[in-house]
Amino acid sequence: MHQDANKRRLDSEFTELYRSHLRDVYSYSYYRVGNHHDAEDLTEQTFLQAYRHFERAQRESHGRPLRPWLIRIAHNLAANYYRDRSRRPQTQLEDAAVVSAPHSTAELAEGRQELREVLDGVSQLPEDRREALIMRFALGMDNREIARAIDRSEGATKVLIHRAIKQLEQGLKESEDE
Amino acid sequence: MSEAMDMDALLRSALVPVEPSEGLSDRLERGLSELTDAAAGELADWELGAMRDPRNWGRPAAAMVVGGAAAGALVLVRARQRQRRRPERGLAALGKGLAEAAHDLGRRLGR
Repeated sequence: MHQDANKRRLDSEFTELYRSHLRDVYSYSYYRVGNHHDAEDLTEQTFLQAYRHFERAQRESHGRPLRPWLIRIAHNLAANYYRDRSRRPQTQLEDAAVVSAPHSTAELAEGRQELREVLDGVSQLPEDRREALIMRFALGMDNREIARAIDRSEGATKVLIHRAIKQLEQGLKESEDE
Repeated sequence: MSEAMDMDALLRSALVPVEPSEGLSDRLERGLSELTDAAAGELADWELGAMRDPRNWGRPAAAMVVGGAAAGALVLVRARQRQRRRPERGLAALGKGLAEAAHDLGRRLGR
């Protein structure tokens, strides 16, 4: 009886997690691998793995949001994806934005040059800085969540994002001056 | 790039969230079904004789939990899919719009 009630609670809470964060996991995966096909594979594997460890993760989260845990699973799977298959992203970040941007066509046409410069800059950042920016801007995660996802302190994460933005800004200024 | 550029705003415009396709939910449903089947198979293979050994009690119990969780989640995944299959609404309409936008942009860039 008690086991049934516990199972029902887990069912409900996992479903809520899935429904709330499918887009987050997919967005993260897409910006990591650069194409829909592999992003779907990564998203699928992320949720299947999350399923297997959900009860323990919930127990150990002490009520904190599980999105960082999900993104960390996706991060580890993406790392394995590259290591096992010796792959690199097949397309640039700009391609992801072109396909995914919920802007009107006119907006895309007007702003595409500026966005392309920004995305070029992001793609040239070191991996940890690039990931932090994806989590912050594509997923809307705050410093605390990002810190949990990348296993750093909140302070270190704040510094990481600050430096990523400064490096990006500097790169854009330099390319503008050329 | 203007001097007054707002990097936060630019990054927000550039790194937009990406909507998953409807096909992804189908694949997820299949994957979860396989997980359920695997858990059910685990229970079917469990022989009564094994009950005498307490070391074997954990696996079937775990299979029940995994299978039950998968089945429960599937119900809600399917409900979500039914909601999304309404014509020209939700993700279907969004996917169509994005495809058109991407096609149009490709055409413009190709000029």
